Amino acid sequence: MSKIQSTFQRLQATGRRALIPFITAGDPAPELTVPLMNALVEGGADIIELGVPFSDPMADGPTIQRASERALANGMTLRRVLDTVREFRTGNAETPVVLMGYANPIEAMGVERFVSAAREAQVDGVLIVDYPPEECESFAQAAKDAGLDPIFLLAPTSTEQRFRDVARVGSGYIYYVSLKGVTGAATLDFDEVATRIPQIRAQVGMPVGVGFGIRDAESARRIGEVADAVVIGSRIIEEIERSPRDRLTANVTAFLREVRTALDQVEGAVR
Amino acid sequence: MQMADAPYRFPDPSGHFGPYGGVFVAETLIPALDELRAAYEACRDDPAFIAEFDYELKHYVGRPSPIYHARRWSDLLGGAQIYLKREDLNHTGAHKVNNCIGQAMVARRMGKPRVIAETGAGQHGVATATVAARYGMECVVYMGSEDVRRQAANVYRMKLLGATVVPVESGSKTLKDALNEAMRDWVTNVHNTFYIIGTVAGPHPYPLMVRDFQTVIGQECLLQMPEMTGRQPDCVIACVGGGSNAMGIFHPYIDVPDVRLIGVEAAGEGMESGRHAASLTAGKPGVLHGNRTYLLQDDDGQIIETHSISAGLDYPGVGPEHAWLKDSGRAEYVTVTDQEALKAFHDLCRLEGIIPALESSHALAYAARLAPTLPKDKILLVNLSGRGDKDMHTVAEKSGIQF
Repeated sequence: MSKIQSTFQRLQATGRRALIPFITAGDPAPELTVPLMNALVEGGADIIELGVPFSDPMADGPTIQRASERALANGMTLRRVLDTVREFRTGNAETPVVLMGYANPIEAMGVERFVSAAREAQVDGVLIVDYPPEECESFAQAAKDAGLDPIFLLAPTSTEQRFRDVARVGSGYIYYVSLKGVTGAATLDFDEVATRIPQIRAQVGMPVGVGFGIRDAESARRIGEVADAVVIGSRIIEEIERSPRDRLTANVTAFLREVRTALDQVEGAVR
Repeated sequence: MQMADAPYRFPDPSGHFGPYGGVFVAETLIPALDELRAAYEACRDDPAFIAEFDYELKHYVGRPSPIYHARRWSDLLGGAQIYLKREDLNHTGAHKVNNCIGQAMVARRMGKPRVIAETGAGQHGVATATVAARYGMECVVYMGSEDVRRQAANVYRMKLLGATVVPVESGSKTLKDALNEAMRDWVTNVHNTFYIIGTVAGPHPYPLMVRDFQTVIGQECLLQMPEMTGRQPDCVIACVGGGSNAMGIFHPYIDVPDVRLIGVEAAGEGMESGRHAASLTAGKPGVLHGNRTYLLQDDDGQIIETHSISAGLDYPGVGPEHAWLKDSGRAEYVTVTDQEALKAFHDLCRLEGIIPALESSHALAYAARLAPTLPKDKILLVNLSGRGDKDMHTVAEKSGIQF
């Protein structure tokens, strides 16, 4: 069983939801990424999604694009992201880390080299935004063979055929994009999420995390009523942008802890 | 419109040209592309759609565009005869409009009242705004702020036609960033919005659909060249940024034996300078903007900034079918610098009384390089994909002239 799977199993046994924050590696500075990851764990993160910066992040909104541009300006590369995970692992062996990014940096490194380097760095999962199931069966298999969970997105517009496609090639969890649009968009339709998530859980046989549009403790709590996990990205990047360096990790921990507390008010199994 | 086929059969049903093409997009776009593919397949097989498209091309665009024998220029070069396919004479001044009409017709059939587009030089934006006005559709055009500066006249044209032009400030502020932004708009507004991509790139079915709509260029040449010269040309030459004008003229010639197909990429300040936009010549295969193709990228897979005097060629990728034609050897790809393109621009103005677009000037420059090496009975057919009125400021600036 993968570390991601056992994390969800442990949480489900105690009726808790997973909190999955996202930051971009190298933002605001490469040397601050490991301290920020530790700050996320201190704030209650169960899994960390670590963004691999890309020059053309088509599926992301302006906030995460800015983070990506800052990280690239700081010289962040896929190799250095893997080094960062390795460094994080010297102090934390448990918290699963999922790399999230775009296909081209991985193809430039070479899929086989990437998969073995990611395993060696103790990465637990990969989410490649522009690798839909039909274009990456061999990549997903190579990842699984190396013990990495290939994680896929589903959207409000996804058909049941898509559910079956991601169930076939994916593992770990499903990332449900709760909005049409890009990361950091404004409005979230709770009723829509409440209708769709049970359908997806029933069909894919994996935990479902919900992301895009979750901005505070209250929206996280409401999503927690119906989902196995809550993903928060743009809102944390904004916290990073407005925090002075000496308050950076403390502010991020404080923000996440608030979300954690709200999420822990949700009781019992996912409906 | 004729849909050329057999024995060259690409893309495959899932949109691949060998290892290239495909659908590399986030899940949020998959249903939109499925919907588009189904709608386009229905149009492609519908005689009424094809008849309407042909009618629009004839009466609104002014097709067929003529072929012109550039006799004085050919004589001066002293070798092969150069013929020009006059896409610059189309309504809106370039080949782009062929595709815009086709896609706007698909949008109407899908019941989408709003169209969006990305643009580099502004030609595709103007063509989209034109067609949107013609069909009464809302139109938003994304354009890199650097290109907005370089192509002020086209920005004003789009506004006159009722379009909203959104300057894009992210990244290198050019075509690729405009494309990113248009994709973001599409994914957010897909319920009422049709994204008119201007070139043979992007996720399937765009490379196929845009090629189909541009193939009229080559289909006309197949008929016109024998009428004018008694035979098909020895070489067909076209500039390649994203590659739609080249694909339009190449595709009907793929199965015609002994016709060399030559795509001309922008070498900018010279290949050795690193400041160019020649993805097929100097790039490596990768994934960007929904397809796998040759890309200009660094060792870490980040897309690098491109340079060309011509905004329409200033793009780090290229249509996936060109990647396939390069690998399969059916087409050759060469490069031409800013300086060579400028010289061809001036030569055509002075010798033939035609002001070509700077994009097309790259194809002309290669013809001027090739012609003197060939005997006088050889025939080069160059796609003169657009007129150069939009480039007055750029060319004047290079000559140290201010308006």
